[in-house]
Amino acid sequence: MSSSTPNRIDTTFARLKSESKAAFIAYVSAGDPDMPKSIEVIRALERAGADIIELGVPFSDPMADGIVNQMAAHRALEAGATTIKVLELIREFRKESETPIVLFTYLNPIYTYGFKKFHKDAAAAGADGILLLDLPPDEAGKNAEMTETGDLLHIRLIAPTTPAERLPELAKSSEGFIYYVSRAGVTGAQTSLSDNIAENVAAIKAHTDLPVAVGFGISTPEQSAEVAKAAEGVVVGSAIVKQVEAYGASDDLGDKIEAFVKPLVDGAKSV
Amino acid sequence: MSAVTDSPTPTTLPDESGHFGTFGGRFVPETLMAALKELTSEYEKAKADPAFQEELSNMLADFCGRETPLYFAERWTEQLGGAKIFLKREDLLHTGAHKINNALGQILLAKRLGKTRIIAETGAGQHGVATATVAARFGMKCIVYMGSIDMERQHLNVVRMRLMGAEVRGVEAGQKTLKEAVNEALRDWVTNVEDTHYILGSALGPHPYPMMVRDFHRVIGTEARRQILAKEDKLPDLLVACVGGGSNAIGLFHPFLGDDSVKMMGVEAGGHGIVKGDHAARFQGGKLGVLQGTKTWLLADDDGQIELTHSVSAGLDYAAVGPEHAFLQSEGRVEYTYATDDEALAAFKTLSEIEGIIPALETSHALAYVNKVASTMSKDQIIVVSLSGRGDKDVAQAARYLLPDEKPLEV
Ligand SMILES: Cc1ncc(COP(=O)(O)O)c(C=O)c1O
Repeated sequence: MSSSTPNRIDTTFARLKSESKAAFIAYVSAGDPDMPKSIEVIRALERAGADIIELGVPFSDPMADGIVNQMAAHRALEAGATTIKVLELIREFRKESETPIVLFTYLNPIYTYGFKKFHKDAAAAGADGILLLDLPPDEAGKNAEMTETGDLLHIRLIAPTTPAERLPELAKSSEGFIYYVSRAGVTGAQTSLSDNIAENVAAIKAHTDLPVAVGFGISTPEQSAEVAKAAEGVVVGSAIVKQVEAYGASDDLGDKIEAFVKPLVDGAKSV
Repeated sequence: MSAVTDSPTPTTLPDESGHFGTFGGRFVPETLMAALKELTSEYEKAKADPAFQEELSNMLADFCGRETPLYFAERWTEQLGGAKIFLKREDLLHTGAHKINNALGQILLAKRLGKTRIIAETGAGQHGVATATVAARFGMKCIVYMGSIDMERQHLNVVRMRLMGAEVRGVEAGQKTLKEAVNEALRDWVTNVEDTHYILGSALGPHPYPMMVRDFHRVIGTEARRQILAKEDKLPDLLVACVGGGSNAIGLFHPFLGDDSVKMMGVEAGGHGIVKGDHAARFQGGKLGVLQGTKTWLLADDDGQIELTHSVSAGLDYAAVGPEHAFLQSEGRVEYTYATDDEALAAFKTLSEIEGIIPALETSHALAYVNKVASTMSKDQIIVVSLSGRGDKDVAQAARYLLPDEKPLEV
């Protein structure tokens, strides 16, 4: 981080901490089902009460995504989504909202755009953070061209398979918050949560003051509430994306999304 | 040139984190990092363990049929009228291609790691067959991911895998070929990493795969070097191999890298010609990027989306090249060219008719380059070409082009 103005992600978590509430983080794929409808979806997430919006930048080969998010990226690309258009979408949304935006994507589109230039342009458009699924901190030292992140906070993943001895390094290299992947696997809604989330979050908290958000596989208000007890943030992705898939063609897409997300937010805020 | 019998300087790359210069590395989601590190350290231990090496070399000999002959292609040499052409006969290995060198090495490693479930991706089906074979031999559960287009064009290999008890899972995403099969295998591995070993089939993907796969195939070049010195009392002038991910090529090339006089040529798939979407020649119009765990040359559009590829051979139909090849190209140590579908088919026909050897369509790309270059070389020069696989799997497809009057084959 190079700027002295506080980042929207940091101020959001600080505010929620003072209110003793968990953050609700909603994921959708940018450009799904198309660019004009995508901004309606994002507005609906905000209306439903999402504290942070996580936007997938579509990539042709999303190796860490399950079928729901794969199809969303595919729909977006088919409808003409590009990295530049995603930045335009963010710029548009920033005219009307201060809700933090975290980008969630793979390295190749960013690398092709120009790593440093992308970070600069995305921050200028109004994005606040980025999670690059296939860029572990280990590679930064070997790839000087992948180190200049400007004002965009780099959020790191920690997985159930992350060994204890790796936690300090990951915690140290993360900014904004830490994203704990609640189970080994790709993105996608599951019927049951893994049991030891609280324990694993506590193990991470031993190494950092950063908030920890938990995601992968959360799809119901009950699960949302359960996770909110253990962590400072609840991430719901595929379950919302499925709604976009189902109602993408309908005129009241925004209302449908808002109605679906509201109870999930309420779940997270109920504890 | 006098006989060179001492060993060439071994190259020391990759570094400990899998980088070949700026290429390679480990660009994977966090969930896989621990597994890749464990695999790397277990592989290093196995490599230094004489018992592991002995089991590997015994199995390579008795189960797979090593060493493979280095065969002088006398009639083809005469026809082209230039350099002497030698074929390194990996096609004679059990299962019909070089792929089993790596599959065997990796399953022995999986055993050491205590894994009970094996997954693999396959394009042409040769790596899938090799993996199904060693999984059957060692009594492990085996799942092979294969693009549905490839399942159609290499149906014979699908049947072979199933006969050996493997489950073949068709992949319907994207262009339904090798790249999508790798994505699916990676997704499976991310999900089942505790009990599963992923036998990746080329010198591709995150570290340690490019290094490990290369090491298991180095036997090709080590034998070829010894054999050519025994037969001709000198080193070859040129090595030629086809390059999909680049495993057979790096296996042949690597033991010769220290021999400065030996030129090397990797041959990529030129498809219908070098037009976007119509080929898989990453060194012709590709870009530097990151795909499936490694930084290398790949075919992508200006937005970083991976482009469609085409090749008549499923095994070369892939958007990225192995990182060590990207490095060797950047150093100018190895050159890369391409052969089109038509040139490969013509070479397929030639070798079948004048040497009595039906080559794989992948291999035929290397042969197509030999067709072009041998006559420009002198009669005292030597070419060694990697005959990476046999063409049984390709007869139905080749017959469609070469024997149009033949009744279409079922598989
Ligand atoms: C016979 C044969 N040769 C070559 C290849 C290409 O792979 P690589 O470049 O890893 O040798 C394949 C792949 O399926 C193959 O079956």
